[in-house]
Amino acid sequence: MMDRIFHARHAMGQTVRGVALVANDGFSARYDLDRNAGTFSRPAHKLASQSYVGKILVLDTAKGGVASAWMLHEMQSRGVIPLAIVFNSVNPILAQGAAFGDVPMLAGFDVDITAAIANGAELEVNPQMSRLTVLSG
Amino acid sequence: MELNDEEQDILAGKAGPLPQQAVQHQIKVGDFFGARDLVPVSQAHIMADTESLGEAGVRWLEKLASLTEGQRTVRVPTITDPRGTDFAHAAFLGQTAGMLDLERRTIAAFVQLGVSMTDTCINYQTIQAPIYNEHVAFGDTGVVIYSNSICGARSNFEGGPSALAAGITGRTPRYGFHLPEGRRATLRICAEFTPDTLNDWGALGGVIGRIAGNYWAVPVIEGVQGTPRSDQLKHFGAAMASFGSTALFHIVGLTPEARQVTDVAAADAPVHRVTRHDVTALQKSYHNDDKVDVVVFSAPQLSLFELRDLAGLCAGRRFAVPLLAVTSPQVKPDSDRMGYTAHIENAGGTVMSGMCFYQSYAREIAEANGWKRLVTNSAKLVNILGGYGYRPMIASMEACVDAAVSGKLERI
Repeated sequence: MMDRIFHARHAMGQTVRGVALVANDGFSARYDLDRNAGTFSRPAHKLASQSYVGKILVLDTAKGGVASAWMLHEMQSRGVIPLAIVFNSVNPILAQGAAFGDVPMLAGFDVDITAAIANGAELEVNPQMSRLTVLSG
Repeated sequence: MELNDEEQDILAGKAGPLPQQAVQHQIKVGDFFGARDLVPVSQAHIMADTESLGEAGVRWLEKLASLTEGQRTVRVPTITDPRGTDFAHAAFLGQTAGMLDLERRTIAAFVQLGVSMTDTCINYQTIQAPIYNEHVAFGDTGVVIYSNSICGARSNFEGGPSALAAGITGRTPRYGFHLPEGRRATLRICAEFTPDTLNDWGALGGVIGRIAGNYWAVPVIEGVQGTPRSDQLKHFGAAMASFGSTALFHIVGLTPEARQVTDVAAADAPVHRVTRHDVTALQKSYHNDDKVDVVVFSAPQLSLFELRDLAGLCAGRRFAVPLLAVTSPQVKPDSDRMGYTAHIENAGGTVMSGMCFYQSYAREIAEANGWKRLVTNSAKLVNILGGYGYRPMIASMEACVDAAVSGKLERI
Protein backbone atom coordinates (compact mmCIF):
# COMPACT_ATOMS: atom_id res chain seq x y z
CA MET A 1 0.00 0.00 0.00
CA MET A 2 1.28 3.47 -0.93
CA ASP A 3 1.95 5.91 1.85
CA ARG A 4 -0.52 8.77 1.84
CA ILE A 5 1.19 12.18 1.77
CA PHE A 6 -0.22 15.62 2.60
CA HIS A 7 1.62 18.88 1.99
CA ALA A 8 1.42 21.78 4.47
CA ARG A 9 1.75 25.50 3.71
CA HIS A 10 3.37 26.20 7.10
CA ALA A 11 6.04 24.04 8.71
CA MET A 12 8.52 24.20 11.59
CA GLY A 13 10.81 21.89 13.56
CA GLN A 14 12.38 18.46 13.31
CA THR A 15 11.08 15.28 11.69
CA VAL A 16 9.26 12.90 14.06
CA ARG A 17 7.24 9.68 13.82
CA GLY A 18 4.39 8.76 16.13
CA VAL A 19 0.73 7.90 16.67
CA ALA A 20 -2.04 10.34 15.74
CA LEU A 21 -4.61 11.70 18.20
CA VAL A 22 -7.26 13.28 15.97
CA ALA A 23 -10.30 15.47 16.54
CA ASN A 24 -12.18 18.12 14.63
CA ASP A 25 -11.79 20.54 17.51
CA GLY A 26 -9.54 23.43 18.56
CA PHE A 27 -6.47 23.62 20.76
CA SER A 28 -5.36 25.94 23.51
CA ALA A 29 -2.90 24.90 26.18
CA ARG A 30 -4.64 27.19 28.70
CA TYR A 31 -8.28 26.43 27.88
CA ASP A 32 -8.17 22.74 27.03
CA LEU A 33 -5.45 20.95 28.98
CA ASP A 34 -4.64 19.67 32.42
CA ARG A 35 -0.92 20.20 31.90
CA ASN A 36 -0.01 18.36 35.08
CA ALA A 37 -1.91 15.21 34.15
CA GLY A 38 -1.10 15.52 30.44
CA THR A 39 -4.74 15.22 29.41
CA PHE A 40 -7.42 17.27 27.69
CA SER A 41 -9.50 18.66 30.53
CA ARG A 42 -12.14 20.98 29.07
CA PRO A 43 -15.30 18.89 29.37
CA ALA A 44 -16.68 20.01 26.00
CA HIS A 45 -13.49 19.15 24.10
CA LYS A 46 -13.79 16.13 21.81
CA LEU A 47 -10.63 14.66 23.33
CA ALA A 48 -11.70 15.27 26.95
CA SER A 49 -9.85 13.01 29.43
CA GLN A 50 -7.50 11.60 26.75
CA SER A 51 -3.71 11.85 27.12
CA TYR A 52 -1.85 13.97 24.61
CA VAL A 53 1.64 13.05 25.84
CA GLY A 54 3.89 11.75 23.07
CA LYS A 55 1.07 11.88 20.49
CA ILE A 56 0.94 13.69 17.17
CA LEU A 57 -2.08 15.93 17.67
CA VAL A 58 -4.15 16.44 14.52
CA LEU A 59 -6.66 19.20 15.19
CA ASP A 60 -8.69 21.80 13.38
CA THR A 61 -7.46 25.14 14.64
CA ALA A 62 -5.45 26.95 17.28
CA LYS A 63 -7.69 28.70 19.79
CA GLY A 64 -7.61 30.98 22.73
CA GLY A 65 -5.05 32.98 24.56
CA VAL A 66 -1.42 33.90 24.35
CA ALA A 67 -0.36 31.68 27.27
CA SER A 68 0.20 28.70 24.99
CA ALA A 69 3.43 30.34 23.81
CA TRP A 70 4.94 29.91 27.27
CA MET A 71 3.10 26.71 28.12
CA LEU A 72 4.54 24.57 25.31
CA HIS A 73 8.02 25.48 26.56
CA GLU A 74 7.07 24.61 30.15
CA MET A 75 5.42 21.34 29.05
CA GLN A 76 8.54 20.47 27.05
CA SER A 77 10.72 21.01 30.14
CA ARG A 78 8.74 18.30 31.99
CA GLY A 79 8.29 15.97 29.00
CA VAL A 80 4.49 16.30 29.24
CA ILE A 81 4.11 17.44 25.66
CA PRO A 82 2.68 16.29 22.34
CA LEU A 83 5.27 14.88 19.95
CA ALA A 84 4.06 17.25 17.21
CA ILE A 85 0.99 19.33 16.37
CA VAL A 86 -0.81 19.38 13.02
CA PHE A 87 -3.53 21.94 12.33
CA ASN A 88 -5.86 22.85 9.52
CA SER A 89 -5.38 26.46 10.64
CA VAL A 90 -2.83 27.78 13.10
CA ASN A 91 -2.64 31.11 14.91
CA PRO A 92 0.55 33.03 15.74
CA ILE A 93 0.54 31.98 19.39
CA LEU A 94 0.86 28.28 18.70
CA ALA A 95 3.49 28.94 16.03
CA GLN A 96 5.44 31.17 18.42
CA GLY A 97 5.04 28.54 21.11
CA ALA A 98 6.26 25.81 18.80
CA ALA A 99 9.29 27.92 17.91
CA PHE A 100 10.04 28.65 21.57
CA GLY A 101 9.18 25.17 22.86
CA ASP A 102 10.78 23.24 20.02
CA VAL A 103 7.62 21.39 18.99
CA PRO A 104 7.35 20.24 15.34
CA MET A 105 4.34 21.79 13.63
CA LEU A 106 2.54 21.60 10.29
CA ALA A 107 -0.47 23.68 9.27
CA GLY A 108 -2.54 24.55 6.21
CA PHE A 109 -3.60 21.69 3.93
CA ASP A 110 -5.76 21.41 0.82
CA VAL A 111 -8.04 18.98 2.65
CA ASP A 112 -9.58 18.86 6.12
CA ILE A 113 -6.68 17.11 7.77
CA THR A 114 -8.80 15.99 10.72
CA ALA A 115 -11.04 14.05 8.32
CA ALA A 116 -8.15 12.68 6.26
CA ILE A 117 -6.22 11.15 9.18
CA ALA A 118 -7.60 8.27 11.24
CA ASN A 119 -7.25 8.36 14.99
CA GLY A 120 -4.42 6.02 15.95
CA ALA A 121 -2.71 6.17 12.55
CA GLU A 122 1.06 6.08 12.49
CA LEU A 123 2.39 9.32 11.03
CA GLU A 124 5.62 11.00 10.00
CA VAL A 125 5.78 14.79 10.42
CA ASN A 126 8.53 16.18 8.19
CA PRO A 127 8.70 19.99 8.48
CA GLN A 128 11.79 20.28 6.25
CA MET A 129 9.71 18.88 3.38
CA SER A 130 6.45 20.49 4.66
CA ARG A 131 5.04 16.97 4.52
CA LEU A 132 2.73 14.75 6.60
CA THR A 133 2.91 11.05 5.73
CA VAL A 134 0.52 8.32 6.87
CA LEU A 135 2.73 5.31 7.46
CA SER A 136 -0.09 3.02 8.54
CA GLY A 137 -3.71 3.26 9.59
CA MET B 1 13.02 37.14 5.20
CA GLU B 2 14.65 40.32 3.95
CA LEU B 3 16.72 42.02 6.65
CA ASN B 4 18.12 45.55 6.42
CA ASP B 5 21.71 46.32 7.40
CA GLU B 6 20.88 46.98 11.04
CA GLU B 7 18.90 43.76 11.29
CA GLN B 8 21.73 41.83 9.63
CA ASP B 9 24.05 43.21 12.30
CA ILE B 10 21.65 42.14 15.03
CA LEU B 11 21.50 38.65 13.52
CA ALA B 12 25.29 38.55 13.40
CA GLY B 13 25.43 39.28 17.11
CA LYS B 14 26.92 42.78 16.81
CA ALA B 15 24.26 44.14 19.18
CA GLY B 16 24.90 41.37 21.69
CA PRO B 17 23.49 37.92 22.35
CA LEU B 18 20.04 39.00 23.53
CA PRO B 19 18.99 40.88 20.37
CA GLN B 20 20.57 38.11 18.32
CA GLN B 21 18.51 35.46 20.08
CA ALA B 22 15.39 37.62 19.74
CA VAL B 23 15.75 38.17 16.00
CA GLN B 24 16.49 34.47 15.45
CA HIS B 25 13.16 33.67 17.09
CA GLN B 26 11.43 36.31 14.95
CA ILE B 27 12.90 34.90 11.76
CA LYS B 28 11.71 31.42 12.69
CA VAL B 29 8.16 32.68 13.23
CA GLY B 30 8.28 35.05 10.26
CA ASP B 31 9.43 32.29 7.91
CA PHE B 32 6.63 30.05 9.16
CA PHE B 33 4.06 32.66 8.12
CA GLY B 34 5.84 33.84 4.98
CA ALA B 35 6.67 37.33 6.32
CA ARG B 36 8.76 39.28 3.84
CA ASP B 37 10.49 41.47 6.45
CA LEU B 38 10.32 42.95 9.95
CA VAL B 39 8.19 46.00 10.74
CA PRO B 40 9.23 48.55 13.41
CA VAL B 41 6.92 48.63 16.45
CA SER B 42 6.40 51.46 18.94
CA GLN B 43 5.28 49.41 21.97
CA ALA B 44 5.31 45.84 23.21
CA HIS B 45 3.04 44.21 25.80
CA ILE B 46 4.06 40.93 27.45
CA MET B 47 1.78 38.29 28.88
CA ALA B 48 3.88 36.33 31.38
CA ASP B 49 2.03 34.98 34.40
CA THR B 50 4.05 32.35 36.21
CA GLU B 51 1.44 29.63 35.91
CA SER B 52 2.21 29.78 32.20
CA LEU B 53 5.97 30.24 32.51
CA GLY B 54 6.56 27.59 35.13
CA GLU B 55 10.03 27.07 36.54
CA ALA B 56 11.42 26.58 33.02
CA GLY B 57 10.14 29.93 31.76
CA VAL B 58 11.31 31.81 34.85
CA ARG B 59 14.81 30.33 34.54
CA TRP B 60 14.88 31.31 30.87
CA LEU B 61 14.01 34.92 31.81
CA GLU B 62 16.62 34.94 34.60
CA LYS B 63 19.26 33.77 32.14
CA LEU B 64 18.42 36.69 29.83
CA ALA B 65 18.45 39.09 32.78
CA SER B 66 21.91 37.93 33.82
CA LEU B 67 23.50 39.26 30.63
CA THR B 68 25.85 42.22 30.79
CA GLU B 69 24.22 45.54 31.66
CA GLY B 70 23.80 47.60 28.51
CA GLN B 71 23.13 44.50 26.44
CA ARG B 72 19.93 43.30 28.05
CA THR B 73 17.33 46.06 27.88
CA VAL B 74 14.32 46.54 25.65
CA ARG B 75 14.61 49.29 23.04
CA VAL B 76 10.91 50.33 22.84
CA PRO B 77 8.44 50.83 25.72
CA THR B 78 7.55 47.33 26.87
CA ILE B 79 4.83 46.72 29.44
CA THR B 80 3.28 43.72 31.18
CA ASP B 81 -0.07 41.95 31.25
CA PRO B 82 -1.54 41.00 34.67
CA ARG B 83 0.68 39.03 36.99
CA GLY B 84 -0.27 35.79 38.70
CA THR B 85 -1.02 37.32 42.08
CA ASP B 86 -1.87 40.39 44.07
CA PHE B 87 0.69 39.94 46.84
CA ALA B 88 -1.58 41.70 49.33
CA HIS B 89 -4.28 39.05 48.84
CA ALA B 90 -2.21 35.95 48.07
CA ALA B 91 -3.00 34.32 51.42
CA PHE B 92 -6.73 34.92 50.94
CA LEU B 93 -6.50 33.23 47.52
CA GLY B 94 -4.65 30.28 49.01
CA GLN B 95 -1.58 30.75 46.83
CA THR B 96 1.57 29.03 48.03
CA ALA B 97 5.00 30.42 48.88
CA GLY B 98 6.36 28.64 45.81
CA MET B 99 3.94 30.49 43.53
CA LEU B 100 4.88 33.84 45.06
CA ASP B 101 8.57 33.06 44.79
CA LEU B 102 8.18 32.44 41.05
CA GLU B 103 6.34 35.74 40.77
CA ARG B 104 9.07 37.68 42.59
CA ARG B 105 11.81 36.10 40.47
CA THR B 106 9.91 36.91 37.26
CA ILE B 107 9.36 40.52 38.25
CA ALA B 108 13.04 40.91 39.16
CA ALA B 109 14.10 39.50 35.78
CA PHE B 110 11.74 41.75 33.83
CA VAL B 111 12.95 44.82 35.71
CA GLN B 112 16.53 43.89 34.80
CA LEU B 113 15.41 43.69 31.15
CA GLY B 114 13.99 47.22 31.32
CA VAL B 115 10.36 46.12 31.17
CA SER B 116 7.78 48.42 32.83
CA MET B 117 5.64 46.38 35.24
CA THR B 118 2.22 47.81 34.41
CA ASP B 119 0.46 44.47 35.09
CA THR B 120 -2.64 45.30 33.11
CA CYS B 121 -4.78 43.91 30.30
CA ILE B 122 -6.60 47.23 29.84
CA ASN B 123 -3.58 49.29 28.83
CA TYR B 124 -5.70 50.81 26.04
CA GLN B 125 -7.86 52.35 28.79
CA THR B 126 -5.14 53.21 31.27
CA ILE B 127 -1.57 53.43 29.90
CA GLN B 128 -1.44 54.61 26.28
CA ALA B 129 -3.87 53.53 23.59
CA PRO B 130 -2.21 52.99 20.21
CA ILE B 131 -3.33 55.21 17.38
CA TYR B 132 -4.59 54.42 13.89
CA ASN B 133 -2.03 52.58 11.76
CA GLU B 134 0.46 52.27 14.64
CA HIS B 135 2.35 48.98 14.49
CA VAL B 136 2.65 47.37 17.94
CA ALA B 137 3.49 43.95 19.40
CA PHE B 138 0.80 43.25 21.97
CA GLY B 139 0.14 40.15 24.02
CA ASP B 140 -3.23 39.33 25.63
CA THR B 141 -5.84 38.59 23.00
CA GLY B 142 -8.26 41.14 24.47
CA VAL B 143 -5.65 43.88 24.16
CA VAL B 144 -4.89 42.95 20.56
CA ILE B 145 -8.48 42.78 19.37
CA TYR B 146 -9.38 46.12 21.00
CA SER B 147 -6.26 47.83 19.68
CA ASN B 148 -6.71 46.46 16.16
CA SER B 149 -10.45 47.01 15.93
CA ILE B 150 -11.30 50.11 17.95
CA CYS B 151 -8.00 51.98 17.69
CA GLY B 152 -7.07 50.84 14.17
CA ALA B 153 -3.59 49.79 15.32
CA ARG B 154 -1.67 46.89 13.74
CA SER B 155 -0.81 43.85 15.86
CA ASN B 156 -0.84 40.09 15.75
CA PHE B 157 -1.28 38.01 18.88
CA GLU B 158 2.21 38.10 20.36
CA GLY B 159 2.90 35.41 22.94
CA GLY B 160 5.23 36.32 25.80
CA PRO B 161 8.52 35.23 24.20
CA SER B 162 7.62 36.96 20.93
CA ALA B 163 6.44 40.18 22.60
CA LEU B 164 9.68 40.29 24.57
CA ALA B 165 11.63 39.70 21.35
CA ALA B 166 9.78 42.64 19.79
CA GLY B 167 10.62 44.83 22.78
CA ILE B 168 14.27 43.88 22.46
CA THR B 169 14.60 44.36 18.68
CA GLY B 170 11.95 47.08 18.27
CA ARG B 171 10.49 45.03 15.42
CA THR B 172 8.18 42.14 14.67
CA PRO B 173 7.63 39.94 11.61
CA ARG B 174 5.33 41.64 9.08
CA TYR B 175 2.48 39.19 8.48
CA GLY B 176 -1.20 38.85 9.35
CA PHE B 177 -2.73 42.03 10.73
CA HIS B 178 0.30 44.18 9.92
CA LEU B 179 -0.68 43.82 6.25
CA PRO B 180 -3.65 45.71 4.72
CA GLU B 181 -4.87 42.58 2.94
CA GLY B 182 -5.01 40.68 6.26
CA ARG B 183 -7.44 43.26 7.64
CA ARG B 184 -10.19 42.76 5.04
CA ALA B 185 -13.40 41.27 6.37
CA THR B 186 -13.96 37.61 5.53
CA LEU B 187 -17.53 37.37 6.80
CA ARG B 188 -20.46 39.70 7.46
CA ILE B 189 -22.49 39.57 10.68
CA CYS B 190 -25.97 41.08 10.72
CA ALA B 191 -26.59 41.82 14.40
CA GLU B 192 -30.33 41.92 15.02
CA PHE B 193 -29.76 42.70 18.69
CA THR B 194 -27.68 45.47 20.23
CA PRO B 195 -26.91 44.58 23.86
CA ASP B 196 -26.78 46.92 26.82
CA THR B 197 -25.24 44.91 29.68
CA LEU B 198 -21.59 43.85 29.70
CA ASN B 199 -22.48 40.15 29.90
CA ASP B 200 -24.73 40.45 26.85
CA TRP B 201 -21.98 42.29 24.94
CA GLY B 202 -19.55 39.57 25.92
CA ALA B 203 -21.98 36.84 24.90
CA LEU B 204 -22.54 38.55 21.53
CA GLY B 205 -18.77 38.60 21.05
CA GLY B 206 -18.64 34.92 21.96
CA VAL B 207 -21.36 34.02 19.45
CA ILE B 208 -19.55 35.93 16.68
CA GLY B 209 -16.21 34.41 17.69
CA ARG B 210 -17.64 30.91 17.36
CA ILE B 211 -18.99 31.77 13.90
CA ALA B 212 -15.69 33.31 12.79
CA GLY B 213 -13.88 30.25 14.10
CA ASN B 214 -10.21 30.99 13.53
CA TYR B 215 -7.52 33.63 13.81
CA TRP B 216 -7.50 34.68 10.16
CA ALA B 217 -11.27 35.29 9.96
CA VAL B 218 -12.29 38.96 10.23
CA PRO B 219 -15.97 39.69 10.89
CA VAL B 220 -17.59 42.98 9.91
CA ILE B 221 -20.69 43.65 12.00
CA GLU B 222 -23.71 45.52 10.70
CA GLY B 223 -26.78 46.60 12.63
CA VAL B 224 -25.23 47.85 15.87
CA GLN B 225 -27.44 50.63 17.22
CA GLY B 226 -26.05 53.76 18.87
CA THR B 227 -22.50 54.16 20.12
CA PRO B 228 -21.25 51.45 22.49
CA ARG B 229 -19.03 52.43 25.41
CA SER B 230 -15.41 51.39 25.77
CA ASP B 231 -16.24 48.86 28.50
CA GLN B 232 -18.94 47.25 26.37
CA LEU B 233 -16.57 46.87 23.43
CA LYS B 234 -13.89 45.63 25.83
CA HIS B 235 -16.08 42.68 26.86
CA PHE B 236 -17.31 42.20 23.28
CA GLY B 237 -13.81 41.97 21.85
CA ALA B 238 -12.27 39.96 24.69
CA ALA B 239 -14.97 37.30 24.37
CA MET B 240 -14.74 37.21 20.58
CA ALA B 241 -10.98 36.69 20.83
CA SER B 242 -11.47 34.01 23.47
CA PHE B 243 -14.18 32.00 21.72
CA GLY B 244 -12.87 32.43 18.19
CA SER B 245 -9.16 33.29 18.43
CA THR B 246 -10.32 36.41 16.59
CA ALA B 247 -7.89 39.36 16.48
CA LEU B 248 -9.81 41.97 14.49
CA PHE B 249 -13.42 42.96 13.85
CA HIS B 250 -15.02 45.91 12.15
CA ILE B 251 -18.32 47.56 13.06
CA VAL B 252 -19.84 49.52 10.20
CA GLY B 253 -20.04 53.23 10.95
CA LEU B 254 -18.12 52.89 14.20
CA THR B 255 -14.62 51.42 13.87
CA PRO B 256 -12.07 53.42 11.89
CA GLU B 257 -11.62 51.16 8.88
CA ALA B 258 -15.31 50.55 8.12
CA ARG B 259 -17.24 53.73 7.51
CA GLN B 260 -19.34 51.56 5.21
CA VAL B 261 -19.36 47.82 4.71
CA THR B 262 -17.81 48.04 1.24
CA ASP B 263 -14.70 49.63 2.77
CA VAL B 264 -13.71 46.26 4.22
CA ALA B 265 -15.86 43.48 2.74
CA ALA B 266 -16.32 42.02 -0.72
CA ALA B 267 -19.88 41.78 -2.00
CA ASP B 268 -19.77 37.99 -1.89
CA ALA B 269 -18.59 37.68 1.72
CA PRO B 270 -20.77 35.13 3.56
CA VAL B 271 -23.50 36.63 5.75
CA HIS B 272 -24.58 35.34 9.17
CA ARG B 273 -27.52 36.60 11.26
CA VAL B 274 -27.12 36.86 15.02
CA THR B 275 -30.21 37.31 17.19
CA ARG B 276 -31.04 38.05 20.82
CA HIS B 277 -31.89 34.34 21.14
CA ASP B 278 -28.32 33.40 20.18
CA VAL B 279 -26.91 35.71 22.84
CA THR B 280 -29.24 34.36 25.53
CA ALA B 281 -28.71 30.74 24.48
CA LEU B 282 -24.95 31.00 24.90
CA GLN B 283 -25.38 32.27 28.45
CA LYS B 284 -28.06 29.71 29.36
CA SER B 285 -25.75 26.92 28.19
CA TYR B 286 -23.46 27.70 31.14
CA HIS B 287 -26.23 27.88 33.74
CA ASN B 288 -25.82 24.42 35.19
CA ASP B 289 -26.50 25.01 38.87
CA ASP B 290 -28.39 27.37 41.14
CA LYS B 291 -25.90 27.48 43.99
CA VAL B 292 -22.79 29.64 43.91
CA ASP B 293 -19.39 29.24 45.59
CA VAL B 294 -17.73 32.44 44.43
CA VAL B 295 -18.50 35.56 42.37
CA VAL B 296 -15.72 37.00 40.20
CA PHE B 297 -15.42 40.22 38.21
CA SER B 298 -12.30 39.94 36.07
CA ALA B 299 -11.10 39.17 32.53
CA PRO B 300 -10.66 41.89 31.48
CA GLN B 301 -9.64 43.90 34.54
CA LEU B 302 -12.34 46.35 35.60
CA SER B 303 -12.24 49.99 34.58
CA LEU B 304 -12.94 52.75 37.06
CA PHE B 305 -16.45 53.03 35.65
CA GLU B 306 -17.13 49.32 36.16
CA LEU B 307 -15.91 49.57 39.75
CA ARG B 308 -18.14 52.61 40.25
CA ASP B 309 -21.17 50.63 39.02
CA LEU B 310 -20.22 47.62 41.13
CA ALA B 311 -19.73 49.79 44.22
CA GLY B 312 -23.20 51.24 43.74
CA LEU B 313 -24.71 47.76 43.69
CA CYS B 314 -22.77 46.68 46.79
CA ALA B 315 -23.70 49.58 49.03
CA GLY B 316 -25.69 48.35 52.02
CA ARG B 317 -25.44 44.66 51.01
CA ARG B 318 -23.83 41.75 52.88
CA PHE B 319 -22.30 38.86 50.96
CA ALA B 320 -22.81 35.21 51.85
CA VAL B 321 -20.14 34.00 49.43
CA PRO B 322 -16.83 35.62 48.39
CA LEU B 323 -17.00 38.33 45.74
CA LEU B 324 -13.74 39.21 43.99
CA ALA B 325 -13.27 42.29 41.79
CA VAL B 326 -9.99 42.57 39.90
CA THR B 327 -8.61 45.76 38.43
CA SER B 328 -5.33 47.26 37.26
CA PRO B 329 -2.68 48.93 39.45
CA GLN B 330 -3.47 52.16 37.64
CA VAL B 331 -7.21 52.08 38.46
CA LYS B 332 -7.02 50.70 42.02
CA PRO B 333 -5.73 53.91 43.69
CA ASP B 334 -8.54 55.91 42.11
CA SER B 335 -11.06 53.29 43.23
CA ASP B 336 -9.67 53.58 46.77
CA ARG B 337 -9.64 57.38 46.68
CA MET B 338 -13.21 57.64 45.41
CA GLY B 339 -14.59 55.18 47.94
CA TYR B 340 -15.56 52.45 45.47
CA THR B 341 -13.23 49.90 47.06
CA ALA B 342 -14.68 50.61 50.49
CA HIS B 343 -18.27 50.09 49.29
CA ILE B 344 -17.34 46.70 47.80
CA GLU B 345 -15.23 45.56 50.73
CA ASN B 346 -17.70 46.76 53.39
CA ALA B 347 -20.19 44.35 51.82
CA GLY B 348 -17.66 41.53 52.22
CA GLY B 349 -16.05 41.67 48.79
CA THR B 350 -12.37 41.93 47.92
CA VAL B 351 -10.83 44.30 45.38
CA MET B 352 -7.52 43.09 43.95
CA SER B 353 -5.16 44.67 41.47
CA GLY B 354 -2.40 43.76 39.05
CA MET B 355 -3.61 40.20 38.45
CA CYS B 356 -6.36 38.46 36.55
CA PHE B 357 -8.39 35.61 38.01
CA TYR B 358 -7.68 32.98 35.38
CA GLN B 359 -3.97 33.85 35.24
CA SER B 360 -3.53 33.34 38.98
CA TYR B 361 -3.29 29.58 39.38
CA ALA B 362 -7.04 29.21 38.90
CA ARG B 363 -7.05 25.44 39.42
CA GLU B 364 -5.03 25.58 42.64
CA ILE B 365 -6.98 28.44 44.21
CA ALA B 366 -10.21 26.59 43.41
CA GLU B 367 -8.94 23.55 45.28
CA ALA B 368 -7.64 25.65 48.17
CA ASN B 369 -10.95 27.45 48.65
CA GLY B 370 -13.51 24.88 47.55
CA TRP B 371 -14.57 27.05 44.61
CA LYS B 372 -16.29 25.20 41.80
CA ARG B 373 -19.56 26.99 40.98
CA LEU B 374 -18.39 30.42 39.87
CA VAL B 375 -20.53 33.29 38.63
CA THR B 376 -19.20 36.18 36.59
CA ASN B 377 -20.39 38.76 34.09
CA SER B 378 -17.41 37.96 31.81
CA ALA B 379 -18.07 35.73 28.81
CA LYS B 380 -14.32 35.39 28.35
CA LEU B 381 -13.93 34.01 31.87
CA VAL B 382 -16.65 31.37 31.52
CA ASN B 383 -15.05 30.20 28.27
CA ILE B 384 -11.69 29.72 29.97
CA LEU B 385 -12.54 28.29 33.36
CA GLY B 386 -14.17 25.03 32.29
CA GLY B 387 -10.70 23.69 31.53
CA TYR B 388 -9.60 24.57 35.08
CA GLY B 389 -12.27 22.38 36.66
CA TYR B 390 -14.83 25.10 37.45
CA ARG B 391 -18.51 25.09 36.61
CA PRO B 392 -18.65 28.73 35.45
CA MET B 393 -21.90 30.61 34.94
CA ILE B 394 -22.53 34.02 33.40
CA ALA B 395 -25.01 36.65 34.53
CA SER B 396 -25.41 40.42 34.65
CA MET B 397 -23.43 42.47 37.16
CA GLU B 398 -26.64 42.99 39.14
CA ALA B 399 -27.44 39.25 39.20
CA CYS B 400 -23.86 38.46 40.19
CA VAL B 401 -24.09 40.79 43.20
CA ASP B 402 -27.47 39.28 44.14
CA ALA B 403 -25.84 35.83 43.91
CA ALA B 404 -23.09 36.94 46.27
CA VAL B 405 -25.74 37.99 48.79
CA SER B 406 -27.94 34.90 48.56
CA GLY B 407 -25.48 32.24 47.43
CA LYS B 408 -27.88 31.41 44.61
CA LEU B 409 -28.12 32.46 40.98
CA GLU B 410 -31.52 33.24 39.54
CA ARG B 411 -32.31 31.59 36.21
CA ILE B 412 -32.14 33.84 33.13
